Amino acid sequence: MTLVIQDLSKEFPVPNQVPILALSTISLTVGEEEFVSILGPSGCGKTTLLRIIAGLDSATSGSITLDGETIDRRSSQMAMIFQEYSLYPWRTVIDNVTFGLEMQNTGKKPARDIAMKYLNLVGLAEFADRFPYELSGGMRQRVAVARAMAIEPKILLMDEPFGALDAQTRNMLQKELLEIWEKTKKTVLFVTHSVDEAVYLSDRIVVLTPRPGCIREIVENPLARPRDRTSPEFARIRRHVLDLINESSQPKEDLIVHPPSL
Amino acid sequence: MRSPRILLLPVLLIVGWEVAAYFIDNPFVLPSLSTVIPILIHPFSTEYTLGTGSLVENAAASLFRVASGFLLAAIIAIPLGIGMGRSRFLHDFLDSTIELLRPIPPLAWVPLALAWFKIGFVSIVFIIFIGAFFPILLNTIDGVKSVKKTWVEVAETLGARETDVLTKVILPGSAPTVWTGLRVGFGIAWMCVVAAEWMPGISLGLGYLILYAYNFGQTNLIIAGMVVIGVIGILIDQVFRAGERRWFSWRSLER
Ligand SMILES: Nc1ncnc2c1ncn2[C@@H]1O[C@H](COP(=O)(O)OP(=O)(O)O)[C@@H](O)[C@H]1O
Ligand SMILES: [Mg+2]
Repeated sequence: MTLVIQDLSKEFPVPNQVPILALSTISLTVGEEEFVSILGPSGCGKTTLLRIIAGLDSATSGSITLDGETIDRRSSQMAMIFQEYSLYPWRTVIDNVTFGLEMQNTGKKPARDIAMKYLNLVGLAEFADRFPYELSGGMRQRVAVARAMAIEPKILLMDEPFGALDAQTRNMLQKELLEIWEKTKKTVLFVTHSVDEAVYLSDRIVVLTPRPGCIREIVENPLARPRDRTSPEFARIRRHVLDLINESSQPKEDLIVHPPSL
Repeated sequence: MRSPRILLLPVLLIVGWEVAAYFIDNPFVLPSLSTVIPILIHPFSTEYTLGTGSLVENAAASLFRVASGFLLAAIIAIPLGIGMGRSRFLHDFLDSTIELLRPIPPLAWVPLALAWFKIGFVSIVFIIFIGAFFPILLNTIDGVKSVKKTWVEVAETLGARETDVLTKVILPGSAPTVWTGLRVGFGIAWMCVVAAEWMPGISLGLGYLILYAYNFGQTNLIIAGMVVIGVIGILIDQVFRAGERRWFSWRSLER
């Protein structure tokens, strides 16, 4: 499985003004079982990029192919987990997880079995018959992960899924996500604005510049998992990524007085 | 405890009524409770209703008319509201006309109803239809617009087609607000039926009954009729509220 993004750009038209250039010439190749983070400040086009890949938006130019086939509409090969809580409040947890299976006309019993499998995976099997309002924010995002995984996509697109959670819950969910990823070996494209989160989770970190979002650099992260956030190697990679972000947020002429890195 | 407190004022009013009736001593202005209660406890008897239909027959006639006009309004307003909530074009096309018609009180349509549909059932149903239509329509539009964009997009990324989005996201997502519209619409329809039954040529219905009682100077029957109108209104409102708690509690509990 290979996802190839080539020269992707996106303009949003603004009435009576020049269009907003949200993304510019993004090229990226993501391979089988890879965990790739897309990192950049708020407003740099991360959500836009993920939405285009998911088929919820269309690119102004450029192409996306999955195993050679052009992706220009939504595809069952991909599932997206949204930044905001997106569970259906009128459905129980398990009925949320079976939603995608209903769309594929999977029978009731098999759909329930698949849903239970993924609820088990995210550790929420005992909450199957509860309603979303009975769950905490972290649990809701776990259910959203189970719902996305239930359609067995090849690629999981995650848009700052833990952004609204407190630091402790966030760390726990990051750890759990890695465990799930190691069990299921999905390809993950993970959007975040947290350097720490990106370094903790990913094999590669795609650092975007602020508006318009261009790829600043793709940072390889060879550290073995589970990663220790307090280790010097972790700090070194984080430092490097931070420098990239700071550099790209300054006007070019300021770069001359760039402070020496540690 | 709450119940003694909520019953306090009604009890005081009834006592005050009896005392006032005793001193006024004129059953046309204020009849004693003892002349109203016998009517209410014999709802099937025509002896207490001056030769017209019994309380139950009159209530049934009113309910049937309300139900007809209300259902007709719901059948037209809900699909129209969904269309207007979903389609910018349809909304812009219809909105100004609806805003123009909406402030006209349902009863202002009575003369026109008579001109179009003559005296009888259809005219009454038409008035009720007008009364119920706008609250149902406006709440449906609001409900559809309140459906989160993310809910629709989640469905799309999970493989939903247009009809799936409509039946599995838009309808359940807007249902609580539509339900509120139905409740409000029914309340207004119930108010309309009483006055609509004052149209000439009507000979059954709670509205007809109280006007008929007035013509005979029987204020106790007027009040009994009013009590029945009020009680039926409360009961139906309670049914709607029970449905709200039973099916749509997720909306108030959702944070
Ligand atoms: N539908 C839209 N119409 C116009 N501009 C948009 C739209 N969506 C996003 N944008 C603009 O595109 C830029 C990138 O937005 P977004 O992808 O949401 O950034 P991020 O997710 O990195 O915070 C922002 O400047 C935003 O204002
Ligand atoms: Mg975003």
